[in-house]
Amino acid sequence: MKSKKFSRNCLVAAALMLGAMNSNAASPTMDKIKSTGAVTMGVRESSIPMSYTTGDSRFDGYHVEVCRMILADIKDKLGMSTLRINYQPVTSQNRVPLVQNGTVDIECGTTTNNAARAKDVGFANTLYVEEVRIAVKANSGINSISQLAGKKVATTTGTTSVQLLRKHEKANGVNFDEVFGKDHADSFLLLESGRADAFVMDGSILAGNIANAKNPKDFKIVGEVLSTEPIAIMVPKNDPEFKAAVNAAIAKIVANGKMPALWDKWFLKPIPPKNIVVGLELSPATKNAWANPNDKPAEDYQQKK
Amino acid sequence: MALDFGVFCKNTLDGEVVDHCFSAVFGLAQNSDPSYLDWLMKAWGWTLAVAGLGLTIALILGAVMGTLRTLPDNGSLSRWLVRLSTVWVELFRNIPILVQVFIWYHVIPAFILPLKSLPSYWLVSIALGFFTSARIAEQIRAGIQALPSGQRAAATALGFTTAQSYRYVILPMALRIVIPPLTSESMNLIKNSSVAFAVSVPELTLFAMQAQEETSHGVEIYLAVTLLYALSAFAVNRVMAQIEKRTRIPGFIVSNDASLAH
Repeated sequence: MKSKKFSRNCLVAAALMLGAMNSNAASPTMDKIKSTGAVTMGVRESSIPMSYTTGDSRFDGYHVEVCRMILADIKDKLGMSTLRINYQPVTSQNRVPLVQNGTVDIECGTTTNNAARAKDVGFANTLYVEEVRIAVKANSGINSISQLAGKKVATTTGTTSVQLLRKHEKANGVNFDEVFGKDHADSFLLLESGRADAFVMDGSILAGNIANAKNPKDFKIVGEVLSTEPIAIMVPKNDPEFKAAVNAAIAKIVANGKMPALWDKWFLKPIPPKNIVVGLELSPATKNAWANPNDKPAEDYQQKK
Repeated sequence: MALDFGVFCKNTLDGEVVDHCFSAVFGLAQNSDPSYLDWLMKAWGWTLAVAGLGLTIALILGAVMGTLRTLPDNGSLSRWLVRLSTVWVELFRNIPILVQVFIWYHVIPAFILPLKSLPSYWLVSIALGFFTSARIAEQIRAGIQALPSGQRAAATALGFTTAQSYRYVILPMALRIVIPPLTSESMNLIKNSSVAFAVSVPELTLFAMQAQEETSHGVEIYLAVTLLYALSAFAVNRVMAQIEKRTRIPGFIVSNDASLAH
């Protein structure tokens, strides 16, 4: 009797330990997804065409669609029949804390993968490489950053482009008269209204704003690429299994040859809700990221130049 | 979470630690590149410049408009001046300050072209000044109307013109009465000057938004900026308290001491 009880206790203890070990080894994010049947995707409100709202709390975009494919793959891997996706709009200021504290399981916006952020969060393999460019009025005759000396250059507060301009001024001994928009639409308004001669920003944002302008033909993107930055999907930091599952899903999407069609859909064809065309050609840098999956931070891209 | 204020000693170009963190601010030594502390101080300067300019505009216009609102009804000129000042107050206090800043920056220069060449901090100061002047005008009016009506009657009986009775009798008393609400309004103006970031004035709020993005040390940056805002507002509070003390006439103004208790 006594020994029977003892052995049963042993069994329970062993089962408990096994259970504990199991939950340690598995990914907390995947556990949460499996137990709740839902996942929270961080999205942006107006980062056309990467991640934006199409109205009525619906979200879409290049990264959002990729994320939906990734989550479908993870759903199959976990053997779930349905997976509810909750969309959580995030901003540049709160996206990292929200991923850190687990409010957001996977952030599909326009976050630059850099070393400072990589201390707090994890990044999936890069699917989009952003190039910082210059937008000017088509009739301005400006073709290069060297022609911007002494001119008014607009950029958006709270973006890496501001620091980039400062570095450029220092390195080349030129002086820009910087004006700061409070958001991208505001910066574009500065260019449109003539308060600025140029708008320096990520190429996709410039293209999106020009596409949205009253007369898109009045503006053009010119000059050399000022900086190259990998934009990546953000995942929790201490969950290597979830990150591996995301990267496996990305590898599958790339291997199935779906990326060129996705690019076509979001960057070259009319997109909802207003059927504008962003019109940004696939860059060699992005093509390279698809061919060689990696999660290198922006710092590595700078050194390459 | 551990705070790392060392971020302020970092170079704004490449994030390396600079040679002279504090000395650079006081002009004792020069860094080859500015640190975030240098930038913070510069941003503070912009905040104080915009707020100071705005306050000057607000006090002058507020005093004028507030006085005009209380003019006695003795002729068509004074009736028109009362109407003008009422419209002024209602116009500028019924529109949110951020909207007014955008109107001054984006809309008005499109019609009045010379304004386009005016630097943006002037336009923000005008917007802040006009907005605050509407509020100050109301306080001045309240101060004037708080005076017993006998004061005005006595001035008239002495043969003072309207201008003289304001200059020698009404305003010296009314302005002393409204110093406490003017203190709050001046402190508000410092805090309201944060809207200047929206039209590209490189002041504290713009610094905070930009530097927290560059350094990923948002908490430290915002703490420092909060401290400087609080310090500036408190300094205004102390200056106004001094003015209130210096200008007090014993037994004359309703004040927080016991002189009232006859």
